[in-house]
Amino acid sequence: MISRREFLQASIAASALYGISGFGNWSKLSAQQALTQDDLLRFDTFGNVSLIHITDIHAHLKPIWFREPEWNIGVGGVKGKPPHVVGKDFIEMFNLTPGSADAYALTYVDFEALGRTYGRMGGMDRVATVVNAIRADRPDALLLDGGDTWHGSMTSYLTKGQDVVNVMNALGVEAMTSHWEWTFGQDRVREIVADLPFPFLGQNIFDNEWNEPSEEFDPYTWFERGGVKIAVIGQAFPYMPIANPGWKFPDFSFGIRDQRMQEMVDEVRAQGADLVVVLSHNGFDVDRQMASRVTGIDVVLTGHTHDALPEPVIVGETLLIASGSHGKFVTRLDLDVRDGRMMGFRHKLIPIFADVIAPDPEMAALIDNERAPYKDQLEEVIGHTDSLLYRRGNFNGTWDDLICEAIMEERDTEIAMSPGVRWGASLLPGDAITREDIHSVTSMTYGECYRTEMTGDFLKVVLEDVADNIFNPDPYFQQGGDMVRIGGLGYRVDVSAPVNQRISDMTLLSTGEAIDPARNYVVGGWASVNPETEGPQIWDVVENHIRKIGRVALEPNTSVQVTGL
Amino acid sequence: MLTRRDTMALGLGVAAVAMVPGVASASAVDDAISAFTGGASVTDGGVTISAPEIAENGNTVPIAVDAPGATEILLLAAGNPTPGVAKFGFGEGAATSRAATRIRLGGTQDVVAIAKMSDGSFARGAVEVKVTIGGCGG
Repeated sequence: MISRREFLQASIAASALYGISGFGNWSKLSAQQALTQDDLLRFDTFGNVSLIHITDIHAHLKPIWFREPEWNIGVGGVKGKPPHVVGKDFIEMFNLTPGSADAYALTYVDFEALGRTYGRMGGMDRVATVVNAIRADRPDALLLDGGDTWHGSMTSYLTKGQDVVNVMNALGVEAMTSHWEWTFGQDRVREIVADLPFPFLGQNIFDNEWNEPSEEFDPYTWFERGGVKIAVIGQAFPYMPIANPGWKFPDFSFGIRDQRMQEMVDEVRAQGADLVVVLSHNGFDVDRQMASRVTGIDVVLTGHTHDALPEPVIVGETLLIASGSHGKFVTRLDLDVRDGRMMGFRHKLIPIFADVIAPDPEMAALIDNERAPYKDQLEEVIGHTDSLLYRRGNFNGTWDDLICEAIMEERDTEIAMSPGVRWGASLLPGDAITREDIHSVTSMTYGECYRTEMTGDFLKVVLEDVADNIFNPDPYFQQGGDMVRIGGLGYRVDVSAPVNQRISDMTLLSTGEAIDPARNYVVGGWASVNPETEGPQIWDVVENHIRKIGRVALEPNTSVQVTGL
Repeated sequence: MLTRRDTMALGLGVAAVAMVPGVASASAVDDAISAFTGGASVTDGGVTISAPEIAENGNTVPIAVDAPGATEILLLAAGNPTPGVAKFGFGEGAATSRAATRIRLGGTQDVVAIAKMSDGSFARGAVEVKVTIGGCGG
């Protein structure tokens, strides 16, 4: 962890690696409502290389509300370490000013009130303005996309990712890695990649039949910038066929494969790399562990877990950068690379305040053009919300409560399950709910809402299994999502307990009775990874429910009791 | 998510019944090792097992085992109802003492390899492989 100082020197090994993070410089300005685009973009160009990192935009091309998590529990060695710090603790750790724009951007505290003060965030037209400004400053700045890019909106679903591909190509991305891209199916991935003007990287993308590195996707690529030979190694999401339907990409296997990562780093170093960058979709804790095991990586551009950190985390001699999600932030990282070594850095996590940063006119026109054929469908108002709707957090968000309520009502089930994904925008009380807003939290290529029966015993197996994917103390056994969201069922979870001993006190909320291990319960859910899952699309289920109730007003959800913190 | 892959069928209108695989007793694993070593002592180290941290498909998990200098390697899935998987033999002409195969794992468990070295000593390696019904990524 780097302490907040105007200028800091972190002596690493024999070199004097030093750096600055410039996030907090404008917090006082923003508290005084004087925030300007120039403040957000101000950066004293440093060294000889600039990296620009954006990741996990989940196809959100327009500005959104996005509430950061209230719960982000770290277990084992990462307990209390970023990114497992939220709210007031986060404000204290990074010395932010409560109520300032930066506190609004990075925490959930007073989200509604501050949202009304500081406005929406993101929008790829605003991102384009920031990228263009950085390139005006450093024309050969290298723009890298960490993946989870093509998926996550109604337009991306309808165009099979093409609208986002067109936008990212116009933005000038120079390499990317992947995760949800694969949920469009391997043939669609191949089709898009064939036309991409940049490489789609993954050293851990393997041919499933031969269990050998895939010859279809490069492990790494080269750039020469500022006289520096840069190798960018891709790391796709390791657990794609487990967390997502593997039958959509049966030719491929993934995994962490840190031994091969070491081989790739050694290979590019042997070929003269001055700077080794890993463009990763591992998730932050997996990257932190990988950086401690693999030597020779200068920078890991992390992704997947949607963390936004105003300063790099340093592991050994490796910088870990976390650039948030949904287009809410862009990272600029300037590096001083000399004699084949990274000697220093200057870093800024640039928050994309949609009301402060002017949209780039060309990108705005392109986005509107992509949306035009679907505009009426996207913007149709389905209902209104009187509650703050959000998803992000280890346990149920209000969006999930609404989705589970919709499943139980529309599918007539006792219990509902909703996947613990981290994508999806928020809505403020009073907001209209458009069809596009519903797709923001439900869009996927396997959204069928199933109705089935499960025994009480199997329900516990499900909760225990998912809990172990989040709270296993070894990051390599974590998949990076959040706990499956449950409607109609309460439980207690001890996050520090071992596998299969975390879940207790399972209760059917409608009767208050304990869940009977032997009884069958009628359960509805969506996002099954199994082929041939049947049911209506989840967004239609949610839309029908919202139409019936008209206005959404949710009671606080206290059905999950968390212990072992 | 939510289904034990290849054994469960959610969303198909059928009841899902949890699979509770039988688990090999510790003695079954110990017996297999004793039968292989003839009761000789086994030291840890010198055997490298390559396996995914989490199996993508528990029915076909790629495993590789490497024990330089070994003449035989016994491979066991310690948590399967019957732990025996394979025994590899390496002749004098073998360039390496390395083998790769795919194995079926009924649940999260240790994969164990015992190597018989050319000097008659035995070495052991083990890795845990997690078999999960899946979470949901970010």
